[in-house]
Formats: sequence, C-alpha cells, structure tokens
Amino acid sequence: MNDEVIIKIEGLKKHFPMGSGRFTALNGIDLSFGRGEFAGLIGPSGSGKTTLLNIIGTLDVPSEGKAIILGESVGDLSAGASASMRKSQLGFIFQSYNLFQVYTVFENVEFPLLLQNIDASKRKKMVLDALEWVGLTDKIKSKPAQLSGGESQRVAIARSMVKRPSIVLADEPTANLDAANSHNVLQTMEKLNRELHTTFIFATHDDKVIGYVRRKIFLFDGKVAKDEKIEQN
Amino acid sequence: MIRFLFKGLLRDRHRSLLPFIVTATGVMLTVVFHSWITGVIGNSIEFNARFAAGHVKIMTRAYSENAAQTPNDLAILGTDTLLNVISAQFPEMDFVERIYFAGLIDVPDHTGETRAQGPSMGMGIDMLSGNQAEIERLNIPSSLKSGSLPGKRREVLISNAFAEKLGLESGDTLTLVGSTMYGELALYNFTLCGTIEFGTTALDRGTVIADIKDVREALNMDDATGEILGFSRTGYYDHEEASLIANRFNKSYASERDEFSLIMKSLAEQNNMGFLVEYSGTLQGILVFVFIMAMSLILWNAGLLGGLRRYGEFGMRLAIGEGKGHVYKTMLLESLIIGILGSMAGIIAGMGISFYLQRYGIDLGSMMKNASIMMPQVFRARITATTWYIGFIPGVFSALFGTMLAGIGIYKRQTAQLFKELEA
Ligand SMILES: Nc1ncnc2c1ncn2[C@@H]1O[C@H](COP(=O)(O)OP(=O)(O)OP(=O)(O)O)[C@@H](O)[C@H]1O
Ligand SMILES: [Mg+2]
Repeated sequence: MNDEVIIKIEGLKKHFPMGSGRFTALNGIDLSFGRGEFAGLIGPSGSGKTTLLNIIGTLDVPSEGKAIILGESVGDLSAGASASMRKSQLGFIFQSYNLFQVYTVFENVEFPLLLQNIDASKRKKMVLDALEWVGLTDKIKSKPAQLSGGESQRVAIARSMVKRPSIVLADEPTANLDAANSHNVLQTMEKLNRELHTTFIFATHDDKVIGYVRRKIFLFDGKVAKDEKIEQN
Repeated sequence: MIRFLFKGLLRDRHRSLLPFIVTATGVMLTVVFHSWITGVIGNSIEFNARFAAGHVKIMTRAYSENAAQTPNDLAILGTDTLLNVISAQFPEMDFVERIYFAGLIDVPDHTGETRAQGPSMGMGIDMLSGNQAEIERLNIPSSLKSGSLPGKRREVLISNAFAEKLGLESGDTLTLVGSTMYGELALYNFTLCGTIEFGTTALDRGTVIADIKDVREALNMDDATGEILGFSRTGYYDHEEASLIANRFNKSYASERDEFSLIMKSLAEQNNMGFLVEYSGTLQGILVFVFIMAMSLILWNAGLLGGLRRYGEFGMRLAIGEGKGHVYKTMLLESLIIGILGSMAGIIAGMGISFYLQRYGIDLGSMMKNASIMMPQVFRARITATTWYIGFIPGVFSALFGTMLAGIGIYKRQTAQLFKELEA
C-alpha cells in the first residue's frame, strides 16, 4: 500500500526575506510519502510545519532543492498548472474551517466540483456522498453560521474530499475543537484514509492528532529531527 | 458558476448592497441631470426661438447686419410669393412673417392731448387669420392678464406693467408713433383689448403685440415683412437640421453683392445663441465623465473594503484550485452584474423623476424675474433617446473600473500571502 511514492522532497530549503537578510524557515528537508499515508508534521511553533505543507500543496515554492508532487516539480509549475493540480489532486483543511459563509453546506461542498465543470446530476451525487462520509446529510441546507465547530470542520473535510484528491493537507485541523469533536473529526479522516486510500498529511502539535497518525515527522528549526513510522495492520 | 456568484451576491449584502446603492444613485442622478440639463437648455433655446430667433430666420442681408435695431427700411419685399416658394422648397419648416418694430406709445385724453407716453417694442404677428400657431407659439392665451385676445382689426395687446404705467384699460385708445418703411412719420391708432405678462422682465417692460396686417398698414409695409421665422415641424431645434436648411437656402438666395438679397440664419448663428447649443453637448460629456470618476472612486473603495473582508474566501478558493485570473474575473463579473442591476434600478428611478419633471416642470419664475436674458419661467426636463441609456455608461463602467482597481491590489498579493489569512 505504501510502496507508490507520490511526494518526494529532496534538499528542500525555504528562505523568507527579512530585513536586509533572510530567514530560513526550512533548512534541508528530505522526505518521501507513499500513497495512503496518514502522517503528521509535528513540531513547536515556528518550526516550519505550515511552510512545508504549503510547498507540498503548491501554494508556495522551494527556494532550493526539490519537491516533486505526483510527478510534478512544484518550483517548475506555472500558476495555471499548480492551480489545476490543486483543483483535481489536492485538498486542504485549515484550523479555521474557512467555509464560504453565504453558501449552504451543500453549496460549499459543491464548489470544487463547479470548478471542474462536472455536470449537475453527477455533482449532486458526489456532494451527497461526501456529506454522507462525514455524517452531515441532514444539514445540507444549513449555513456555516448555524453549525458547531465540529460540524464546520466536517463540512471542510467533505469539501476537501468531494473531488477524491490524492492528497489532503490539514493544518492544525483540531486547534479550534474540543476533545470530543477532535476525536470525531480525526476518526472521520482516518476512516476516509482507509476507505479511499487518500494520503493525509497533518501539521500539528496537538497530542490528540499525534495519537492517530501512523507516521510522526518531528520538525525542529526547519529540519527533520525524527521520522517515526508506526507499523499497524 | 454564474448562478453560484449570483446567489452569493444576493445573500451577501455587504458585497452587493453598497455598490448597488452607489451605482443606482449615481445612475439616477446622471439620468435626472441629463434630462434636466437637456430640458433647461432646450427650454431656453425654444423660448428664444419662439420669441425672437425662430429655428431659422430669413432677413435681408442689410437687415441682418443690424438686426438688433429691427431696421424695417431694409425689410423683405414680395413676401406673399416668397412664402409660397420657400414653403414648397422646405416643407420640413413652418414659416411665419413677423415685423418687429420700435415706437412710442402715446395715450391721448378725450381732447386728443397726450395723457401719457412711453417707448415700446412691438411685434406684429398673425393673430386674425384664424391660424392659432403664432398665438400659441408665444403662449399668449395663458399669459393674458386681463381683457381678451384681439378679435378684430386694430386691436392690440400690451404688457400689463406697461398698461399700468400708462394708465390704460381695455377699450382705451392708444397711438403708435413710429416711422414707416420709407422713413416717414407713422401714426396709427389701436384699441387696447387685453394685457399680457410673460413673467420675463425682458418681455414685460414695453411689449406691444399687434396683428401683422395692422402693423403693415401702420408702417406702410405692404407685402413686406421684417423677418420670416422658420420653425421645425418636429417642435425642437435641431442644430444640424437648421444648419443644413440654412446652407441650402443661402446657396440659392444669398449674394455678397446685393444687400437686399436674402439670408437665412440658424438660431445658433443669432444673438450669441451658439454657446447654448454647443454647451448642451459638452455638458453631457462632462456630466458622464464626472459621474464615472466619482462613482469609480466610491466603488473602488467599497471594492477594497469588500476585498479585504474576502481575503479568506479568495485564499480558500485559490487553495481549492481556482486560478488567480479566474478569481479576478469572477470579481469583475460580480461587479458587472451589480453594475447592470444598479444601472437598471437607477434608470427606472431617474426616469420616474425625469418624467415628472418633464410633465410638471419647475417654476423658476421668481428667480428669473430680473433676468435680462430671455428665459422661460417654467423649466421642464426633457427625455431624449440618450436619457434612456446614458446612465448605463457611468453605471457599468464605474462598477467595472472600481473593481478593477480594487482587484489589482488583491491580485498582486502573493498567493502564499493570501494563505496567511487562512491559518489564523
Ligand atoms: N511569508 C513569510 N515571510 C517571512 N517569514 C515567514 C513567512 N512564513 C513563515 N515565516 C517564518 O517561517 C517560520 C516557520 O513558519 P511556519 O508558519 O511554517 O511555522 P509553523 O511550524 O507552522 O508554526 P505554528 O505552529 O505557529 O503554525 C516562522 O518563524 C515564520 O515566522
Ligand atoms: Mg503553522
């Protein structure tokens, strides 16, 4: 299951301009991920988790080194090519859900499919499937403001999963949730990971998340300090 | 996707209401100002046309060079034939003869001695032929202050103020002291049948309005007239039409060598009326430009504020895989929708007001009381074909322009930067 490498990172560095000099947020990262992994980037604040996640997500580019995602080198992608990669292959989940406030749950989940010009009847089925996965079929007409935090994050999961991406990147997905909701959300993602073989990569320092992941990559000062795989069956 | 945007616009009033109101208000004002300015300028032009200039005017060349003095010794001769000829030649115009004259009004007592006297400006127009065109053109029935319209020869109307000054009442006799076409003394008795008040100082001081037949007799102007005025059958002065007709006329009648040759002048060529005609076009351009600028500025700011509020949304949309260009295009599309809807609302509201102003007008008589230029009392808006669409220009253009400016700021931001907003 883990033998197909879909993310390959080699000698990755990321510098940000700072004052007259520059600040190195990632300082030589070598990592690879196989299909179906459920991995966590773990580390203190400022260790570079989000920066790495953004590069994997083609939202940012390496300063040095390479990041090959699904066979494409992030630094070499045109804006259009990286957008189309995100459109079909990458899903994002953020700490603050970032649902579109004026749209219903159904419409929020539908949006990625609209971008792909999928026709209405197929779209409807895919949206309902995705809401089924996260157990929210009874809320399709609700607006984000009417949902609890846990429900909102589950809608965000459905929105990131509806197009069945290869990779989902989740940046602190439980940071705004209480324990019960955190577990619920994590169980939902774990189930989707098993059923759909979607690769999940988390950026987190939450112990609850760490308890679920099957691979723990510890980042410290922009470097991989430890990379632990937990064998399960 | 468009449906999706539409829903967003309808539900997110922050996004749509302010720009909608700004657009609708601006468009409404544009429409009302347009019809009002067109109306006011048009009213002034028509007023001058009716009382003095016509849409075109035929005079002898010598007369035209001194037209302000109404030199009737330089009058047009053989007017009966001429009228027939030009009426056939220019069927789009209604031609009328008028004799303007200056003279002294003398009021005799029962012994024949002068009781009162005053200078007057006279106008000889057709009032007794049964054709009401001139009477109505000069708005005489509703300007009648006392007495009645002339019903038979030698009856005359004078300004109400003038009548009061001279102590005249209906039925009284007054004598015109003037000079004939041949420079001899003219004395002619009239009977006062009524007084008039136009509400314009320039006309209400010493105007005498008599039937043209009497004036001909008084001034010995048999088959002659000082001026022939032409009025377009459309009812409005159209500068292009008037110029074309004047050119055609002058080609066949005017001659540099003969000072008694006929010359036709359009309204714009008379009494410095040209500026009003030109003004009208320039003003429309300025108006639209000013509204585009003002509304663009407001919508730009509204767009910036709205954009700031929506950074999170834009970032998320980029993350989901929407291209930056596409996000920008949807913003423009949203503003286009608002621009069109706002413009339509503004046009409906503006048209409502314009129709009201066209129908009822505004009486600025009190402001015009002391105006020495000839202006009507009641101004009305005038809706033209342009009024219907002129609002769309600033409406749609400024909505797009404002969003374009606001959007550049958002567009220029690094994608990763937009993501910063998502992490918080
Ligand atoms: N656009 C940027 N410009 C300058 N510095 C940046 C930028 N983005 C990140 N950094 C810096 O890079 C370092 C790593 O940031 P990053 O956001 O990856 O940390 P993180 O591990 O996600 O931390 P946290 O747990 O607080 O989210 C930080 O010191 C941060 O200040
Ligand atoms: Mg972070």
